[in-house]
Amino acid sequence: MTTNPELEFDYKAGWADPEKFTAATDYGLDEDVVRQISKLKNEPEWMLEFRLNSLKLFYEMPMPKWGDPLLRTIDFQKIRYYARYWDKPEKNWDDVPPEIKETYEKLGIPEAERKFLGGVGAQYDSETVYHKLREDLEAKGIIFLSTDEGLKEYPEYFDKYFGKVIPPNDNKFAALNSAVWSGGSFIVVPKGVKVDVPLQAYFRINAKNVGQFERTLIIAEEGSDVHYIEGCTAPTYSSDSLHAAVVELVALEGARIRYTTIQNWSNNVYNLVTKRAFAYKNALVEWVDGNIGSKLTMKYPSIYLMGEGAKGEVLSVAYASYGQHQDTGAKILHLAPNTQSRITAKSISRGDGKTTYRGLIKVAPNAKNVVSNVICDALLLDDDSKSDTIPYQEIQRDDATITHEATVGKIGKETMFYLMSRGLPENEALALICMGFFEPFAKELPMEYAVELNRLIELDMAEYGAIG
Amino acid sequence: MAVLEIKDLHVSVENQEILHGVNLKIESGQIAGIMGRNGSGKSTLAKTIFGHPDYEVTKGDILFNGESILDKSTDERARMGLFLGFQSPIAIEGVTLSNFLRTALHLKYPDQKLENPIKFHRRLKQELKEVGLDENFISRGVNENASGGERKKAEIIQLKALKPVIAVLDEIDSGLDIDALKSVADAIIREKEENGTGFLLITHYNRLLTHTKPDVVYLMHQGKIVMKGDSELPQQLEEKGYEALVNQVTAS
Repeated sequence: MTTNPELEFDYKAGWADPEKFTAATDYGLDEDVVRQISKLKNEPEWMLEFRLNSLKLFYEMPMPKWGDPLLRTIDFQKIRYYARYWDKPEKNWDDVPPEIKETYEKLGIPEAERKFLGGVGAQYDSETVYHKLREDLEAKGIIFLSTDEGLKEYPEYFDKYFGKVIPPNDNKFAALNSAVWSGGSFIVVPKGVKVDVPLQAYFRINAKNVGQFERTLIIAEEGSDVHYIEGCTAPTYSSDSLHAAVVELVALEGARIRYTTIQNWSNNVYNLVTKRAFAYKNALVEWVDGNIGSKLTMKYPSIYLMGEGAKGEVLSVAYASYGQHQDTGAKILHLAPNTQSRITAKSISRGDGKTTYRGLIKVAPNAKNVVSNVICDALLLDDDSKSDTIPYQEIQRDDATITHEATVGKIGKETMFYLMSRGLPENEALALICMGFFEPFAKELPMEYAVELNRLIELDMAEYGAIG
Repeated sequence: MAVLEIKDLHVSVENQEILHGVNLKIESGQIAGIMGRNGSGKSTLAKTIFGHPDYEVTKGDILFNGESILDKSTDERARMGLFLGFQSPIAIEGVTLSNFLRTALHLKYPDQKLENPIKFHRRLKQELKEVGLDENFISRGVNENASGGERKKAEIIQLKALKPVIAVLDEIDSGLDIDALKSVADAIIREKEENGTGFLLITHYNRLLTHTKPDVVYLMHQGKIVMKGDSELPQQLEEKGYEALVNQVTAS
């Protein structure tokens, strides 16, 4: 059995391209670095102020005292906060530098775009190198740009929403992102427009010790409907990288936003992401959140149900193999009457991998007739693997219907015997059980991604062999 | 022509011997029955044939076509052409019967191209209908939310898909009503006649054996085969009961 997964794991997206930056800040973080980033981007003065204030907050705010101790070992001066390879997002893959294009081709992005996506953004370290929305969707008035472009072209949306869903003082990593943010997606779906094909952004970290701090803002106007998918990978390095994104969603009256994540960072990435949605009257927000990669992930997508009849759903899976800790969960705040939520969290831990579910359900005093269901299922593959469930509830009404179910299971010897008696070797049997366990999640993915998810699990099983 | 031969098999669980030297033989195209009371060792025998990790062979051998399979893993034994029908089939959350069978078929016949999924589904649906299972069994999790009887019928579906050379069915008849039992028995006969499958049918009751007309019937008692008879033996058992027949045999 492999004992050093960082070196041995056959992570298929672990190659790196040469670090041919056209612009980059030095390692480490200070005011100067923040000013450089803002200057490189030629930003309005208010954004520089926003960044500098956020940096101050970042310095002032203490590191969270909870969560994996690994969190408190991050050396912020060993990270490069900005690196770009190309000056602007291209609209044609042929104009993307060949090395970078080749990376995205290996990851299957242009192919997926041709087959089933309505728009694609590709971010490479700090900047977006490719961005394209299908012409018919553009004609419907949909905006899909990198957040930097969005800031230049649509400042009115930034005045109204940027940093309002997740203010810089929300937590230390939101403050960090607000200070050094770069890239991410900016999407506006106009009133009543339904986007029937997913829009996707693909995030790739390339350079060593680089941090990626994308900032995504999605606004779904009244009665609109959009599905956004993000994927992410990075080269496998023996030193750590940092990914600290901020994602803000605004679903106005009657709108629906589905946000799907397939997180497959390499095992040296700290993935510390703040994701939050405001759901107004009768809006629906769904976070479909898959965490397979990274060294440590801490991410709790949240939904603030702000208007009557709003609904929020979080469906998340976490797979923690050797050396990984997936600390994930969800936060739902019922702030208006007749709001409903559902959280389904499923996790698998393997080897010394660890999963933690951390969740909060809050019901405000004015929120009558709230219904909320939480289901957490954990599957442990070995004797060493661990899983914790940490649910919080703050219910300030008597008429709320709140249910919470949690199960922790191990794979039974008889189940393995049954599958093996049909000719499945141990690792195939395990992979099949894991895929079945994640099926409620997989069935919500576009087929190509469901296949990819299964392939990742099979790869992990094949790499480490069966349980020892 | 395939032969599964159990030779002087001694088996222990947690250092306690449960089988004390079992001898029997199953050939392709034949049906062997094995009867005995609860705890006589029938299920132990079935699980040992498939290499269950809790069952330790301390003496004797299991030969498949003359070669020992004791050092083969459970899945290797299955891929050689053995099939075990479970007394209590396990449910597998989220894994559809169709996906499960296609995975198993692909592993068993790695060089063969898998049947076109549409044809496969059509055939599977037909087979489900024949044993009285709902079509939606294909797309449900294997045995998920299924009754005991449904699970047994689903074992037959799996058997038909995997086409083993020798099948050991552990109490396939328990939990089945009379009509279901008849359709399962018919399926067994058909597999025997059309594909030359050899069967070892483990059962408490004579009804399954009356339907399938075994070539040979063994009576098991306290970890040993105490009697070998023909298809008349189940009837004898029905009339006299286990106690009397076992007493008669062990006394003589």
